[in-house]
This record gives sequence, structure tokens and C-alpha cells, in this order.
Amino acid sequence: MDHAATTSTDVEVVEAMKPYFTQKYGNPNSIHSFGQEAREAVEEAREKIARLIGANPSEIVFTAGGTEADNYAIKGIAWANQKKGNHIITSQIEHHAVLHSCQFLEKHGFEVTYLKVDKYGLIDPEDVKKAITDQTILVTIMHANNEIGTIEPIKEIGKIVKEAGIYFHTDSVQTIGHIPIEVNDLGVDMLSISGHKLYGPKGVGALYLRKGTKIVNLIDGGAQEKNRRAGTENVAGMVGLGKAVELAEKRLAGGEEGKVVKLRDKLITGIMDQIENVRLNGHPTKRLPGNVNICFEFIEGESMLLNLDMKGVAASSGSACTSGSLEPSHVLLAIGLPPEIAHGSLRLTLGKDNSEEDIDYVIDILPKIIEKLRALSPFTGSWDGLKR
Amino acid sequence: MSIYSEKVMEHFQNPRNVGEIKDADGIGEVGNPICGDIMKIYIKVKDDKIVDCKFKTFGCGAAIATSSMVTEMVKGKSIDEALKISNKAVAEALGGLPAIKMHCSNLAADGLSKAIEDYKKKSKTKK
Repeated sequence: MDHAATTSTDVEVVEAMKPYFTQKYGNPNSIHSFGQEAREAVEEAREKIARLIGANPSEIVFTAGGTEADNYAIKGIAWANQKKGNHIITSQIEHHAVLHSCQFLEKHGFEVTYLKVDKYGLIDPEDVKKAITDQTILVTIMHANNEIGTIEPIKEIGKIVKEAGIYFHTDSVQTIGHIPIEVNDLGVDMLSISGHKLYGPKGVGALYLRKGTKIVNLIDGGAQEKNRRAGTENVAGMVGLGKAVELAEKRLAGGEEGKVVKLRDKLITGIMDQIENVRLNGHPTKRLPGNVNICFEFIEGESMLLNLDMKGVAASSGSACTSGSLEPSHVLLAIGLPPEIAHGSLRLTLGKDNSEEDIDYVIDILPKIIEKLRALSPFTGSWDGLKR
Repeated sequence: MSIYSEKVMEHFQNPRNVGEIKDADGIGEVGNPICGDIMKIYIKVKDDKIVDCKFKTFGCGAAIATSSMVTEMVKGKSIDEALKISNKAVAEALGGLPAIKMHCSNLAADGLSKAIEDYKKKSKTKK
């Protein structure tokens, strides 16, 4: 139940990729038929991605993943438009691919506004409006948060940004293939996509780049991707991403989103009804179909993950121990949680292969794990005696 | 595969000496809510020897395992011997800890030292 971290590559995706390693291994830039066979496969994949989000195939640039797509959009717009202005607007709860790209630009003379969010993790479009100055060249706000699952009002923000004549980027790594996306409806100029979050391969992604967007390249070299992203194409990866997108489109049409939402809500209710001193992080309804994020007071996240792992359940947490830093998740702190509570967060993210039985199993084992860990905690039922 | 050694996981799953000592002779608390590890070590002292030691810990696997380990290591030791137990020794007794855990979660011996300090302070005021 850690689908927001990564997903298993769909068998159909692997099958679609296979021929491009040993049989159809041509370089798409070659004139001969082997090359052209690969070229055709890459363009077909590009068309599939474009179709899913209502874009033109020429507006899709393949990258080596979501992180590169974010870097490309943010740094590329900044460098290309620095004569127009040096101000960028983003939020405090972005993925590190966005936050660290913005921090890099700050070191090079750009100014960045990190918008606050409310207790649900929602950005107020009015705050975006207020933050815009005559120097603003880019607004980058994630479509949905990877930790707490909150879906941001991108469409509303898109209208404001468009009126101001500024470029708008959204990191849609968590939403693509999981909820319907239409770039013109959202009003975005750039949108980041990752393969491995939608049952595609790792190491491949794409950036939707609206026609006419003034951007400079991140990776220089050959003329691949119409001079926008150099390097011999990851043909198998691109084919895999195309297939994954095609399958996601079918699942969406078949009502997958609703099925996952049902499982999600069953899991949330099952946990919150049985265990005391818990709180749901993120918005109750404006939320990714598969995201459950709950804080359990008086215990720490990693110890929950270890116990769940022993019972065969893979999950994640926003505690310092699991974030790889010395502080708990920046997202949980941004929604106003004190650190001791942020440390007790548990994220369970559901996917297409999770069943009703999986949910029942977690609802059965989790209360026992929480009880066991709470028995070890110096805090019982309250935070009395906590020294800050 | 686990990020921890078997010994750490064994202590984490079956922690020794969990609880509080109501009439403890010394209590030591270490850690803070920012990094997410808070340990409370309780000791009972008789004739300069630590006869009982219990703990309560809010923290990760390493924090719980080191707390458990230190309570085992210290029982029956004299105050002077107990003070010689270092965080490093606790980690070694557990078969090592991941590098990232050595600073933030390996505080149990410090907790014990604080409990002994507390005991010394209390016994002075008694006299």
C-alpha cells in the first residue's frame, strides 16, 4: 500500500517494451528501417500521452522522469525569461524536485514566494493573485500532494495566472492516469509526468510544453525531441510510458477512480472508528483516490512501518527517520502539525490491485500495532510533560 | 531485507524492561520532539548498584531497541560501571546501527547517565 512511492510495472507494459531491447533496438535518429521502426514507436507513445491530457503530440517532451520534467520546466522558464522578471511563485508543500529547483534559482538571483496552505493543504487562489508582481514569470503549483493527497484548485489558479500573462506549471506526477486531466481545462502551460507512478517503468517521464512557451533546454546535445531534450531516446521506456498511459485511460473510462475512492474511504473510516487520538491529514474529499494519511498520536512513524512490514504491508511515513532528514515532513509542518504529531504519520496509498480483503486486513492488524507501540510510549493519552 | 540488524529487530519486537518505576531513585529524559525521539529511563539503586531499570520511549526502531538494550546492559552494574556505558557501546551490543541513526536515535546511554545524575542529586539532598 505504497503506490504513491512507486507501482509495479504492468505486465502488458513490460510486454510492449520487450521488443525494443533486442529486436527493434534501432536508434530513432537513424535513417535506416531499424531506426525508423523505433522512431514510429516513440511517436506512437507520444500520441498516447498527448491524447490522455488533450494536448498536441508536438507538445510532449520525453524526459528521464518527473524530477527532470520539474527541473526543466522551472529552470528552463527562469533562464529563458529572466529579462522579463525574476520572480517565481510556488507553495510550501511542493515535491523536492520543485522546491529544490526553486532554491537553486534563489541562489542565482531569482526571488521565490512559497505560498502557505490551509490545514487541509489547500492553496487559496486569491493568495496566488496577491503574490503576483510585475516581475513574476512563473507560477508552479502541484496538481495533488504526494504525501497528504490534497488536490489543489489548479483550474482556478490557472485562470488567474493566465489573466496575468504568466507561465503556469503543475507537477501532476501523482494525478496523471489516476484522475482525468485536460491541459486546456486546467489552464496550464506545462505539466510534469512520471512513468512509474502509473504502472509504467522507472526512469522515464515527460513534460507537456504548450506550443509557443519560451523555455531553454536543461540537457544540451543532439537534436532529439525537436531540439528540446538531447540524448539518444530511451525507446523502450518511452514505449512503456505510452502503454501505461493507454492502460490508465482505459481504467479511467472503466470507473477505476470510483473503485479506489471506495476502498480509500473504507480504510479511513475503519481506522478512525477503531483507534483514538488520530487525525486525517489532507482534505476529506478533494483528495487523491488512493491516498490515506493519518497521524497516530504518541508514537513514531518508522516504528509503525517496521511493524506493518513484518505483517507484509508496505507503507510510508512523514517522520524524520523516513524522510532521510532530521526533521519531519515539510508538508505536515506546513499544514500546521506540531513536530511530535507529524512524526506519527502513516501514509497508505492504494492502487489498482488492492482489494477489499487488503483493506480488511489492515483494519484488523493496525489497531494492535498502534496499541503495542503506545504501550512503549512515555505519553499516554496526552502530551503532558512534553519538553520542547 | 530490513534496514536494521537482526539483534535490533529482535529488541524492537520484544523490548525488555518496558515501563515506569513508581518509586524510582533516578529518572533521565533525553531527546526532543523535533527529531522525534524521546526516551525516559528509570533506575532503582541499592548499595551503589543498579538493581532495576525500565524505559518508556517515543521513537523509531533504533530508539526503541537501544532503550531496551541499555536496560539489559545496566542491570546489576555499579553506578561507576553504569556511567561507563556509552551510546557507541549500546549500538555495538546491537550489532551496529545504520549510520543515519547513530546521532539522532542512539541516546539511550545518555538517558541512563541523566538518570544516574538525577539519583546522585536526590541522594545528596536526602543526606
